Amino acid sequence: MADLKKILDLYFLDARARLIDIAAFMDRVDRSDDGDDFRYDAFCAALKALENGKPDRAGKVLLAFSDPTDEPIPVATTKAACGAWPGADNA
Amino acid sequence: MRYIEPHAHMVSRTTDDYQAMTMAGCQAVSEPAFWAGFDRSSVQGFYDYFCQLTQHEPRRASMFGLPHYTWLCINPKESEDLKLADEVLDIIPEFMGSPNVLGIGEIGLNKNSRNEMVVLEKHIDLAASNGQLILVHTPHLEDKCKGTRLILDVLKSDNRIKPERCIIDHVEEHTVGMVLDEGFWAGMTLYPETKCTSNRAIDILELYGSERIWMNSACDWGISVPLAVPRAVQEMKRRGSDTGQIDKVVYQNPIEFMSQSPRFIAPEGQ
Repeated sequence: MADLKKILDLYFLDARARLIDIAAFMDRVDRSDDGDDFRYDAFCAALKALENGKPDRAGKVLLAFSDPTDEPIPVATTKAACGAWPGADNA
Repeated sequence: MRYIEPHAHMVSRTTDDYQAMTMAGCQAVSEPAFWAGFDRSSVQGFYDYFCQLTQHEPRRASMFGLPHYTWLCINPKESEDLKLADEVLDIIPEFMGSPNVLGIGEIGLNKNSRNEMVVLEKHIDLAASNGQLILVHTPHLEDKCKGTRLILDVLKSDNRIKPERCIIDHVEEHTVGMVLDEGFWAGMTLYPETKCTSNRAIDILELYGSERIWMNSACDWGISVPLAVPRAVQEMKRRGSDTGQIDKVVYQNPIEFMSQSPRFIAPEGQ
């Protein structure tokens, strides 16, 4: 599908709403207590993938949250994934 | 509209879901073995689960006129315990002859640990030794990309494995290319938050085409939508996909892949 008007007719309002939700989420984080969290750091890093004007933004956002290492971890200490890689020291 | 639900954990769903799926055009359902949401305490728990998948659930589905197929394994979420995994692997052959078993799955990785890799390799050996199809679960969220790479490496390292007989499920934008490029089938799971949305799945179809790819709901005991596939079909129609394209992805492709098992019977009217 290459028709710009049709894409915007179908998806502009939905994307607009999601963008405002993201802005409100970031405002909410700003109003919270001081402190760092690797998930929010990864979130801010992933936002940069939107700025480069190149295709495959979705893939690059996913990669920004991903474990970049190659070797299996020694042991699984949890079953859950949290959505962002905590880093080699905390994985 | 007709479709096949190639990945659904129906033991976790209600009869209302069966009714809704059938009314939406579902022609057959395929159910990979899964984690129950809690760790089973012994191999006997798996024995009962495999009986449920091969005996009880097909009967329940048949009440709604729906053919039910299944896949067997110990899920990667329970693969850290190697002794239990070996015990479960030992009983799987007893069930592989059941008429609704299509293969081994959903095997794969969860946290990409060494023990998960060991159990994955044993499942692949079991499938290869018995000529079974393979359905692979790729990890969640931050673990998906690495896990998909590890899984593909393991599959490619076994020269008995034919990529066209393996489906790598839960692909997203950062993994679909590597799966299709290596000749494997790819599954897109339609979840509201943690996997593909309908819109993103349709984007992937536009970018990568509709060969060797399907969509599924992977509905289970968590937040998931049994009618995710027909909902995606509605979105494809809104975008202007023609009925032939839609039918290929949601009906003909699952038939093409699963028909590689002699146990799969294509629905009438194919």
